Amino acid sequence: MFNEKKIDELKKERERWEKTTLPNWTKQCGERKKEFHNTSNMTIKRLYTPQDVEQLDYARDLGFPGEYPFTRGVHATMYRGRIWTMRMFSGFGTAKQTNQRFKYLIKEGETGLSTAFDYPTIMGYDSDHPMARGEVGICGVAIASLKDMETLFDSIPLEQITTSMTINGPAPILLAMYIAVGDKQGVSREKLGGTTQNDNLKEFFAQKLCIYPPKPSVKLTTDVIEYCSRHLPRWNPVSISGYHIREAGANAVQELAFTLYDGISYVESTLERGLKVDQFASRLSFFFASHNDFFEEVAKFRAARRLWAKIMKERFHAKNPRSLWMRMHIQTSGCTLTAQQPLNNIIRTTIQAFAAAMGGTQSLHTNSYDEALCLPSEEAVRVALRTQQIIAQESGATNTVDPLAGSYYVEALTDEMEQKAMEYIQKIDDLGGAIPAIERGFFQKEIADSAYKYQQEVDEKRRIIVGVNDYKIEEKECPIELLRVDPGVEKKQVDSLQQLKRQRDSEKVKEVLEKLHYAAEKDVNLMPAIIDAVKAYATLGEISDALRTVYGEYKELIII
Amino acid sequence: MKSGRKIRVLIAKPGLDSHDRGAKVVARALRDAGMEVIYTGLRQTPEQIVETALQEDVDVIGLSILSGAHKALFPRIMDLLKKQKLTDIMVFAGGIIPEEDFSEMKKLGVKEIFGPGTTTETIIQYVLKNVHDRT
Repeated sequence: MFNEKKIDELKKERERWEKTTLPNWTKQCGERKKEFHNTSNMTIKRLYTPQDVEQLDYARDLGFPGEYPFTRGVHATMYRGRIWTMRMFSGFGTAKQTNQRFKYLIKEGETGLSTAFDYPTIMGYDSDHPMARGEVGICGVAIASLKDMETLFDSIPLEQITTSMTINGPAPILLAMYIAVGDKQGVSREKLGGTTQNDNLKEFFAQKLCIYPPKPSVKLTTDVIEYCSRHLPRWNPVSISGYHIREAGANAVQELAFTLYDGISYVESTLERGLKVDQFASRLSFFFASHNDFFEEVAKFRAARRLWAKIMKERFHAKNPRSLWMRMHIQTSGCTLTAQQPLNNIIRTTIQAFAAAMGGTQSLHTNSYDEALCLPSEEAVRVALRTQQIIAQESGATNTVDPLAGSYYVEALTDEMEQKAMEYIQKIDDLGGAIPAIERGFFQKEIADSAYKYQQEVDEKRRIIVGVNDYKIEEKECPIELLRVDPGVEKKQVDSLQQLKRQRDSEKVKEVLEKLHYAAEKDVNLMPAIIDAVKAYATLGEISDALRTVYGEYKELIII
Repeated sequence: MKSGRKIRVLIAKPGLDSHDRGAKVVARALRDAGMEVIYTGLRQTPEQIVETALQEDVDVIGLSILSGAHKALFPRIMDLLKKQKLTDIMVFAGGIIPEEDFSEMKKLGVKEIFGPGTTTETIIQYVLKNVHDRT
């Protein structure tokens, strides 16, 4: 981008500056630290100049938005055309309570739904399972059968809204229930829009809500991808997730590399089904965290898009431009929220959300300020949604595409982020892929080491967290009002489940579960059998149990 | 602790939630501080936790929970410890436990609760100071 002569002149000028101007300042007050780092252990220089991006080739490395390599965005007009989808992750208590929260959020201007399920649902247990005691409806909504799902989406027209579901092991079951609700509302499958997280690989080393061992888990992920590519053209069958990798302790580079590697694995497992890459790749979607270091995050999002486009083009020979698109959802980082002085979390979330917008996200969840303490209250969730609306409508940041492009610092960081992620991808290739790497504890160890290092930095005050290890105040009592889930929810939910079990056609349930068991043994795509099962009101726990008998259960590899 | 040996700590995660970042960091910090640490992984039932405590002859149990199910699970754990006559084990907890539940948990016999933002050094010092002499 710069001619050699100019760069040479600049180098000389810089040397001069370092000898003349700079020492006056460093002598006077020095610098706050000997070395400055971001969370990915990259050394941050004092100053970035054209010298740091002298190899940058605009057409090759950045290009135009909507064109390869998509560094500047997947859409040509980005937020000038349409603001990102404001999608607030929510769910608690019974399906009826969450249905009311959904309607509240839609009324307040939310543009897409995002469902949080409770732990029993996530783990494939019915609400009346012994392991579910004390957990029903606490961290999300309890969904045990199609009946609950019908209540969850009661009077919400599925053809007018898109719905994201944070569900992995039981993703085929929840998707089947959603399809069944659509059928009841008269919405055809081609019209259903939304996302199932369905990223089982990261469960083994990040979110750790695994039901089955790695191989059958990837099989189920692939079943959903394959089924959707044939029947649900508007559905994102998988949301390949770095968020949980980051929250578990990974740094930005690890988050980027491990997520993209999971993506590579799903492309490979789907190709093995005989599909062509361009038949499904355009529906793969991604999910990242936005942490505290603004520039590191922006660089990560931009590098992610460029690297994925290259992988799809060079490794998988995709031809359709849309197969090269990395469409992403971003959530501000939950693990950066502090229980101390919780209102400060609004500021943290604002900076993180701003990074997401500067990174060119398609969809965004902003955390509520009370989430280090409890599930968000209605007031807290409204402030979080308003944060996005203020960025979108008031800040001016949405008036042009990729405003930080060309910043020497941002471009140098974007390059470094991509290069370091590629090194990890190479390493995982050498280990034989994602599953062998999981079995050897590679990801687990990498993440545990980073988490420990981060905590040590905080404990030793090398990393300042405002209100936690500096700028502390006496806080005797919790300064904000917390949402508590009514402890009566569990009984209500268990009663309603048991009533369903009495009322449904139990012969039919037995029959569909046997058919499902048979299909699982035969290793065919399970989506049709699961759709039949949910429509007969077989429960989530029963369906999961049928699969457990065939696949077994995952036993955690413990690495500290 | 039994005299002449290292302090033995069980870090346990009851409940269905999978947030093990804190539990692992605390386990590692206690280990680096010279204690013997046993970490048994996610989703341990109260029965499994107490059984491990007994088998491993621990001096301290650290319970980590972020799912909100502490009110259902801690009473069962403390009750089982009593039944096994393991009340000389010092039990502390961490994770997301609302302050308004602290006194209820402490009445059960949970000695201390460490919320988000606690340094590992605070926990190490607390364990060193409060571990019982179990002869």
